[in-house]
Amino acid sequence: MNMMAPSPRWGDLVHRDRVHGSLYRDPAIFEIELEKIWYRTWVYVGHESEVPNPHDFILKTIGLQPVLMTRDADGKVNLLLNRCTHRGNQLCAKEKGNAQRHTCPFHSWTFGSDGRLIGYAFPDGYDGLDKGALSLGRVPRVASYRGFVFGSFATDGPSLAEHLGGAAETLDRLALTSPEGEIEITAGFLKHRVKTNWKFVLENETDGYHPAFVHSSIFSVSESGIGSLYGAKSTAVTRDYGNGHTEVDLRPEFRKRDAPLGWFGTTADKLPDYVAKMNAAYGEKRAREIMIDGTPHVMIFPNLFIAEIQLFVIEPHGVDDTVQHVTALQFKGAPDLNRRMRQQTMGSVGPAGFLLADDSEMYERTLRGIQASKADWVFLGRGEHRERRDADGYIVAHATDEVPSRGIWKHYRNLMEQGK
Amino acid sequence: MTLTLSKVDQLHEIEQFLYREARYADEHQYEHWEALWADDGIYWVPANGDDIDPEKEMSIIYDNRSRIKLRVKQLLSGKRHTQEPQSRLRRLISNIELLGEETKGLRVGANAIVFETNQRGDTIWCARIEYVLRRIGGDYRIAFKKVALVNNEKAIYTLSFLI
Repeated sequence: MNMMAPSPRWGDLVHRDRVHGSLYRDPAIFEIELEKIWYRTWVYVGHESEVPNPHDFILKTIGLQPVLMTRDADGKVNLLLNRCTHRGNQLCAKEKGNAQRHTCPFHSWTFGSDGRLIGYAFPDGYDGLDKGALSLGRVPRVASYRGFVFGSFATDGPSLAEHLGGAAETLDRLALTSPEGEIEITAGFLKHRVKTNWKFVLENETDGYHPAFVHSSIFSVSESGIGSLYGAKSTAVTRDYGNGHTEVDLRPEFRKRDAPLGWFGTTADKLPDYVAKMNAAYGEKRAREIMIDGTPHVMIFPNLFIAEIQLFVIEPHGVDDTVQHVTALQFKGAPDLNRRMRQQTMGSVGPAGFLLADDSEMYERTLRGIQASKADWVFLGRGEHRERRDADGYIVAHATDEVPSRGIWKHYRNLMEQGK
Repeated sequence: MTLTLSKVDQLHEIEQFLYREARYADEHQYEHWEALWADDGIYWVPANGDDIDPEKEMSIIYDNRSRIKLRVKQLLSGKRHTQEPQSRLRRLISNIELLGEETKGLRVGANAIVFETNQRGDTIWCARIEYVLRRIGGDYRIAFKKVALVNNEKAIYTLSFLI
């Protein structure tokens, strides 16, 4: 990193209500982001339910780092670097599976599912090799919250709980939609590539200003009920949890509608098994509240987005190359709900999705627009005059206000200015 | 195996049908394209392999007939930004084989290469396509169309035209 051009003066580029276009465009800034954000802060990697059994593994990434997420014999989840410690060969080439051992095909070095070097071919060629020192590289800090596994390449720093702060409550809220209090990731991911900067995706996830326009085509031909959530008269709010985490809290609208499962565009009589299980699990009164409030719409900085029925993971590949991974959320003990979750997810997101294909079109157009560098500011001042504090002290404003973008950039600037 | 004359005719008819479907899709003749579908049609573009279970795992497209209609209505709305301006497209359908009669119709296999150009750039899509075609009133209708993209295990760009 020290070989690169000096860091820009972040305060010149990030203001409270506007940011500079180079932040989305400059390859040198992308390199600094890798070090200061992706290889330092807590980054979402995967869900424990993706490796349910001992020795299950799945390939993931943190920034540009290929990560092998495994569950070892003791049930512990490990985040290992997917490179052989001998000559750097890619160790695991399979997307996911179950393996007690991972053998590198290059020279047959073999590692356990916990990353330990177990052995290598023709051992008499080495004189007293320290196997312990040749274990797979690993993400030094791994922590999970409600099954969501995060990794940080910083050996010390804020704990995951400190990082999540108030936003952890949104994951608690999410789990309530399961009669067993747990979510699962089991339906496989759609992988949607966009020629854009990752921060356009990050900011759009909790931008409540765009749906009425970007998604007007689908709103005009289907009765989704989503459109009015983001209208000028909406009572929903945008919220800044700090640490870059942001939310569009739709509960005020859903409570006004006062219809269980209205958040999911359906009614209780369509999912009788689910409703019965929820009533048994939480009691009728509480179950009704949960089924009215629905699941959150929250962006956990920098890459985990819970969009009511889906989970997205944002993966940066380059300054103008980003992949959105998306799957249907699945709720333990709710097969009938889950089936609809999958159907709606396939319709709305991914490369052909009714919603996401248009979002992605905007991401790509914004990157093209921002090449006009002679007028180089992005304006994020919407709703500054009507910001207020909620009961927990977090900044909130109208559903269409740019509270989330301002919160994201405030945190971004903090991260970029640290340790310089 | 020698094809009887009727088999040759049938193959010719099916080729002509598939070329017509390809032309409607390439030229964004959405209503004509939609009219080729049977009432129980299924339009499927799997992800992460060709043989996943679409009832359990994510597909890029897994449309029943009403969702096919919705897809077309969205394209016709004039506000489907990803197709305004429309992609320019041309596709080749080849290696057409009649794979046998099924209860729902005749199974037909083909390979396809689609060239797309839009504001992002040029993209080549390549796929194995399987159809189930049903003979209805002197023409065919699509009861099933599966488009197995060769690169469906990778991250792909927006696929908002009719593949």
